[in-house]
Amino acid sequence: MTQKSADSVPERRPPLSQRFSRALLPAFTALAVVYLFLPIAVMMAFSFNDPRGRLNITWQGFTVDNYFDVWHRPDITEPMVASLIVAIVATIVATILGTLIGLALTRYQFRGQGPLNLLIYIPMATPEVILGASLLSLWVTADVQRGIVTIIIAHVMFNISFVVVTVRARIAGFNRTLEEAAMDLGADEWTTFRKVTFPLIFPGILAAALLAFALSIDDYVITSFVSGQTTTFPLWVYGASRFGVPPEVNVLGTLIFVVAFALIVAQILWARRRKVTDGALAMEVQR
Amino acid sequence: MRRRLRGLVPYLFLVPGGLWLIAFFVVPMLVMASVSLQEGSLGTGYRMTWNFGIYPEVIADAWTQLSRSIVYALIVTIATLLIGFPMAYTIAFRGGRFKNILLLLVILPFFTAFIIRTLSWKLILADNGFVLGTLKDLGLLAPTTHVLASPLAVIGGLTYNFLPFMVLPLYVALEKIDPHLMEAATDLYASRRHAFLRVTLPLAMPGVFAGSLLVFIPTVGDFINADILGSRDTTMIGNVIQRLFLATNAYPEASALGFVLMAAVLVLVAIYARVVGARELTV
Repeated sequence: MTQKSADSVPERRPPLSQRFSRALLPAFTALAVVYLFLPIAVMMAFSFNDPRGRLNITWQGFTVDNYFDVWHRPDITEPMVASLIVAIVATIVATILGTLIGLALTRYQFRGQGPLNLLIYIPMATPEVILGASLLSLWVTADVQRGIVTIIIAHVMFNISFVVVTVRARIAGFNRTLEEAAMDLGADEWTTFRKVTFPLIFPGILAAALLAFALSIDDYVITSFVSGQTTTFPLWVYGASRFGVPPEVNVLGTLIFVVAFALIVAQILWARRRKVTDGALAMEVQR
Repeated sequence: MRRRLRGLVPYLFLVPGGLWLIAFFVVPMLVMASVSLQEGSLGTGYRMTWNFGIYPEVIADAWTQLSRSIVYALIVTIATLLIGFPMAYTIAFRGGRFKNILLLLVILPFFTAFIIRTLSWKLILADNGFVLGTLKDLGLLAPTTHVLASPLAVIGGLTYNFLPFMVLPLYVALEKIDPHLMEAATDLYASRRHAFLRVTLPLAMPGVFAGSLLVFIPTVGDFINADILGSRDTTMIGNVIQRLFLATNAYPEASALGFVLMAAVLVLVAIYARVVGARELTV
């Protein structure tokens, strides 16, 4: 193979065809990333558009007014507030319930682990339209009024599985000897959990909560089945899209994107610092 | 006594979340099964008549949309695999110190609402939008060309929306592969193509499997892309279920169709698991 000779003489520049094929993959990946961000760039650009009439479809001129106007549009901000309430409550409940299941699954041997795994994975493998439809069947049959409570119940349900999987991965990844050492040094189970286990799995819990929040605030399909008269942000946008989406929607989309981006960067930086303290803690315990 | 109490701890941890899933996932599925076999209307109320005949009926009625959804989902799965594999491969083996940043870039689009991203595509693909409009002005496209409301737009939107679900598991699988294995293969005179086909690809199969499921399942049930980017000729099964449930309140038909979709997904996944599993054993 020609490649062999190139390997043995590393100083020589590889032939042009090979340099081309080496550049091909990164170039393709760069293009794919551009593809992923194209609609987001469009959303951001059109948040500065100054449309005449209702349709925000063609570029008409630059303005930052939308960023001020949006706060005086209760028809947009009220669904946004509803979405935030749903996402925050659902995230807290699902994170607590999911973390407890994750702890039980990794920490204890007990009967019924097989069925429990099915119970956790099947909702993730079910098309959303079916999750929403079956919940609506339940509420209609039980004659329950749909509203923000039924939305939160549904969001907690689909988030639990994702929290379990995320937290479990984190728990499985760390060293149990730290906990054993704490117990050997006379800490009881609760103290060990509080001082060793919880700080170690906390980044996993935080990552799970972020994921749950992201899934919840974005959900359209399941929410559309169980919302009743309540309107969340995705539902409002969808309804508005029939008549033309105002630029204020792009403003909120852009703001959410920027805040989420900042949160993720903060979490990564924090996790990186955390890793250092994890190491220090490990050394402390070993000493 | 204490020991007996400690044996209860895992169950105490499991009960709240487990009950939630049983009450709001398992029970609703059973209710939906029961609703599908009832007859009646919203006004007069429903009565259980074990009407199994509704299943062949709804399958016949929605056959076009059902088969269309499966075909679209298969095309989307293959398209995301073709785009996602080179991406995941590049990030895993050539990413270097940019690995984490590249991964972050793959996940970041999720932080814009699914609906807004899809609406953005509507804007990009609009007949006289800045892409098609410009190409038409330059005379590169016929003035009558349109992409919106065609299968291409729907499949393109679905491919876009679910691509990250393919890249991430592929990356996880590829990242685990020891690069020395590929070197060993080429040292033993395998061509690069051969080394890829006989070493890298088989080892990446778990990622291909997971990624395909993560793309196929949500795609086959999706109705947002067909709704925003499609037309009446691109309606998918999700649109039908949603319309029957929310617009026409035909609960038995809608429930039956939900189960048909669920069954179709499970059967296809089982076949896929068989085929891929068997190949993995023979390689």
